[in-house]
Amino acid sequence: MSQGSTREKLLEVKALRVDFKVKGGYFTAVKGVSFDVYKGETFGLVGESGSGKTTIGRAIVRINDASAGEILFKGRKINGKISKELDREVVQKIQMIFQDPMASLNERAKVDYIVSEGLYSIGRARDEAGRLEAVQKALLDVGLLPEFASRFPHEFSGGQRQRIGIARSLIMRPELVVADEPISALDVSIRAQVLNLLSELQRERGLTYLFIAHDLSVVRFITDRIAVIHLGEIVELALTEELFAHPLHPYTKALLSAIPVPDPIAERRKCIQVYDPACHDYATEGPSWREVSSGHFVLANSAEEKGYRAELGL
Amino acid sequence: MSAGDCPAALASRAILSVRDLVVKFNLRGRVLTAIRGASLELAEGETLAIVGESGSGKSVFTKSFIGMEDQNGWIDSGSIGFEGEDLAKFRREEDWLRIRGRKISMVFQDPMTALNPLRSVGRQIAEVIELHQGLPPGMAERSAIELLARVGIPDPETRHRQYPHEFSGGMRQRVVIAIAMACKPRILICDEPTTALDVTIQAQILGLIKALQKDFGFTTVYITHDLGVVANVADRVAVMYAGKIVECGTAEEVFYDPRHPYTWALLSSLPQLGIKGRPLYSISGTPPNLFNEVVGDAFAPRNPQALKIDFVHEPPAFEVSPTHWAATWLLDPRSPPVEPPAAIKAMRAKYERSLS
Repeated sequence: MSQGSTREKLLEVKALRVDFKVKGGYFTAVKGVSFDVYKGETFGLVGESGSGKTTIGRAIVRINDASAGEILFKGRKINGKISKELDREVVQKIQMIFQDPMASLNERAKVDYIVSEGLYSIGRARDEAGRLEAVQKALLDVGLLPEFASRFPHEFSGGQRQRIGIARSLIMRPELVVADEPISALDVSIRAQVLNLLSELQRERGLTYLFIAHDLSVVRFITDRIAVIHLGEIVELALTEELFAHPLHPYTKALLSAIPVPDPIAERRKCIQVYDPACHDYATEGPSWREVSSGHFVLANSAEEKGYRAELGL
Repeated sequence: MSAGDCPAALASRAILSVRDLVVKFNLRGRVLTAIRGASLELAEGETLAIVGESGSGKSVFTKSFIGMEDQNGWIDSGSIGFEGEDLAKFRREEDWLRIRGRKISMVFQDPMTALNPLRSVGRQIAEVIELHQGLPPGMAERSAIELLARVGIPDPETRHRQYPHEFSGGMRQRVVIAIAMACKPRILICDEPTTALDVTIQAQILGLIKALQKDFGFTTVYITHDLGVVANVADRVAVMYAGKIVECGTAEEVFYDPRHPYTWALLSSLPQLGIKGRPLYSISGTPPNLFNEVVGDAFAPRNPQALKIDFVHEPPAFEVSPTHWAATWLLDPRSPPVEPPAAIKAMRAKYERSLS
């Protein structure tokens, strides 16, 4: 974006590669992706299953190791070997909300412990009264009653459990929250509640979100910028409305055309595009990451870039 | 007019007609009423979508058409008319075997668990053909290969010998559809057929079901919570809440001119209709506990605009048009005028603009 150079970069991901060991070699899930997340924005990472979007999120919270590339948080490298102090700071400042609230909460622990577990791991739980107070406040912040602290996860509905998941990350007072499909496992009527809660918390605390999802309609509603990821590579990145108004990469077009819209007439008229990787002619020149218009990046070679510029009327 | 009645034109070619169906479950000595008197007419050749949250009873409702309630469940009262018989009276498995899989088939949500991992997919299809059509194994195998080709599986001659784990999610769902099609059913029930799939694959599967419907001429019932999918496939939409159908109409009527407050709430809470930067409409509270008897309109406690009568008497179905009805007191001539939410009015305005 044009004002990008002046805005503070909270997170920088540079040429990140993540490999997994498989029988007889390595599988590269993330093939050198780069993007920046600015302070206070909601950055969407969109792709289909197997695209590597979750792996990127997990690499940022350091559940998966980066095989190559750098992840910078407030300008400091946080992947690989880092100092104990920085590790503690990163654990506190970067939190994750997981997809399935039925699977991500410890069934044998009470809400009280689940929510404050993070405090124990950064040594902020020594003062018992302070810890209890923090738990109650976190529960109130996400719209749950403080007395829920003494209950077990199975006593709650999906939406409530997701709120517990959110409370557990908020108690750490994070700056960056990686939300991995936080609403896709929830019922339609509950989704709106959780989306509203996330936006409210962002407004109140200036949180930055990395929002990982496959559902473009949700991503459109909540994000400021979107990166579209296909088989471990980001193919396009732009402001949300720009991406929806002028998608350039054929994969983005295919993905946008496939979203079901709750409007019968529009649905019947729509024509679904299918992405065929063979439509790129990369025999003579391979693709590289190019800024086609201000803040709108596409993975393309020079011939394609020319075509994309023409499409935008530049 | 009672709930579920359809216009004469539809009723005359009704293929399935459910009346006041009540389904109960026995859970640890307590009785849960999952379906509280639901009625529905299904017209031959149409595509009907049943929409509702989890726990609204949409799966239980359709499973009762093929006698697949869980062990602890039973049809308490009501009727399911199909080909001159009342399916609600069926007690023996032999009766169901004439219907289930042969006349009425079902495609389930998760293609990972719907298939037997230990048998080749060709065998699993052929098994159904042998059982229901009595073909000898060799011929059944031929037919299985043809079916695999028909549902868009490339190279069916080799792939029919492969096992489910060798197929991707989308391809597995195609196999499940092939099994459901094996007996050329008259009704195909699709229970969240694309929830486990990616959007691009979802579009392909919906397209496939439509194409098959054209060729084979069956009637389709979709069960889904995804209103985008409903808009794509449905001729008619039935909205289900707490074990009852609360509104039913053509897709246009339900999307552009909904009348039940629950339908309003459901549509308004969609991010697609929301305005960025503003809070989305959200439904407060939770659905009623169906262990207890529901008094009045089941949605009333969650409806900020509920009338007094909503807490006392259950609303009957009011006719909006010959193809559209809703069970809400708001349609009673004596009720005060209540405005639908902004998102609903915006949808309606958009629709009217597109007409003119």
